[in-house]
Amino acid sequence: MDAVTDNLALFVEGYLTSLRIILVALVGSLALGLVIAMCRVSPVPPLQKFGTFWVTTFRNTPLSVVLFACAFGLPELGINRTFFFFGVLGLVLYTSAFVCEAIRAGINSVPAGQAEAARSIGLNFTQGLRFVVLPQALRTVVPPLGSVVIAMMKNSAVVGAFGVGGDLWSTGATLTSARGYETLPVFVGVAIGYLCITLPAGALLQVIERRVAIAR
Amino acid sequence: MTSRTAGEPLVRLSGVDKWFGQLHVLQDIDLSIDRGEVVVVIGPSGSGKSTLCRTINRLEPIDSGEITIDGQRLPEEGKELARLRADVGMVFQSFNLFAHKTVLENVTLGPVKVRKLSKGDAERRARELLDRVGVGSQADKYPAQLSGGQQQRVAIARALAMDPKVMLFDEPTSALDPEMINEVLDVMTSLARDGMTMVVVTHEMGFARRAANRVVFMDGGRIVESADPETFFTRPTSDRAKDFLSKILTH
Repeated sequence: MDAVTDNLALFVEGYLTSLRIILVALVGSLALGLVIAMCRVSPVPPLQKFGTFWVTTFRNTPLSVVLFACAFGLPELGINRTFFFFGVLGLVLYTSAFVCEAIRAGINSVPAGQAEAARSIGLNFTQGLRFVVLPQALRTVVPPLGSVVIAMMKNSAVVGAFGVGGDLWSTGATLTSARGYETLPVFVGVAIGYLCITLPAGALLQVIERRVAIAR
Repeated sequence: MTSRTAGEPLVRLSGVDKWFGQLHVLQDIDLSIDRGEVVVVIGPSGSGKSTLCRTINRLEPIDSGEITIDGQRLPEEGKELARLRADVGMVFQSFNLFAHKTVLENVTLGPVKVRKLSKGDAERRARELLDRVGVGSQADKYPAQLSGGQQQRVAIARALAMDPKVMLFDEPTSALDPEMINEVLDVMTSLARDGMTMVVVTHEMGFARRAANRVVFMDGGRIVESADPETFFTRPTSDRAKDFLSKILTH
């Protein structure tokens, strides 16, 4: 494991870069996914159609294609940003479709009578969702949303491969190809790095699940 | 009984039609409800009585015809509709209390978010209402910790907290154990005595006789008969109503 211990500083740097991609993408995809889910369940047909279109597009396109379109397609349209921006943008767009569907499953699990009661005391659509439906949907949403989030964390490696650089995956790639370290130990190190992100995330999800289960 | 103020009806349905796919569930319904009037809607299941009740606050949209409340036509969607619904109380068969909120929060949510009352004012008023329906001591519990009868009385308090012009009851006692039916009917009877305008879909004939100003009998999506309770229960005119009453009143 010399490959890892010799380059520990590089690995730590890679870990922190991955974490940065993940945190920005987490906030972005949760927020965007929630908005798209609200569109899909809204009573306004154009919004429903837009939501369905969004989910169909990004759920059915490979992540690498979405990233390619962002990183190399958007600059052709005159949008110039850093690779970090494009990489995270692609990951957010892609993940938002899955977040949307997990949230929508939760919304559908809340009995229709709850939304009817909310409407009948004069709450509008957004208030009904915010104060009545979503808090109850949260309980069922945590496990599937957790899977989506963890998948996103691992997908951040693809973002790294698309030129963001400096993240865990790219660190491994650099060490093996440019500096000639053996592949196996380096990528065991990389895998451990990802585990150091996903395992705590999984534990945190369990805590959240327990919290929202009691809150009723 | 309560004195009724003259003038236009509070709720008016004219020429209302509604379809569920091929099924014509409401057929050319005309119904006017005056201020302070208690109208009990009865009929066999599938006759459209619940649907009728739910069209009045547009939980069910209608396909043709017109519904007005206090002279105002029911808006299609959006803010206007939300504002109108705030003035129309609704009590459901399955209570539909907000499961993640305490009894007190259930009653204060509407006043705080829709009527913009302060939390303190809303809670004071909520406690008054909960006392009035006899569940004041349950204010801090969650709905699941209450009996069905208690939950339904909380649901009535929740609707009353909006100071509605009219209250709709959609089979409010049908999901209750027999010994809990009366505690809910008592609350409804006292509301009726206090002059609340009410539309009540129910199978409780005793309540209809005791509290209704008018009984509306529905079958097959139509209003077959409409009369004061005494006339309806002793001298029904239509064969369908006679048949219905003979089946439910004999035992």
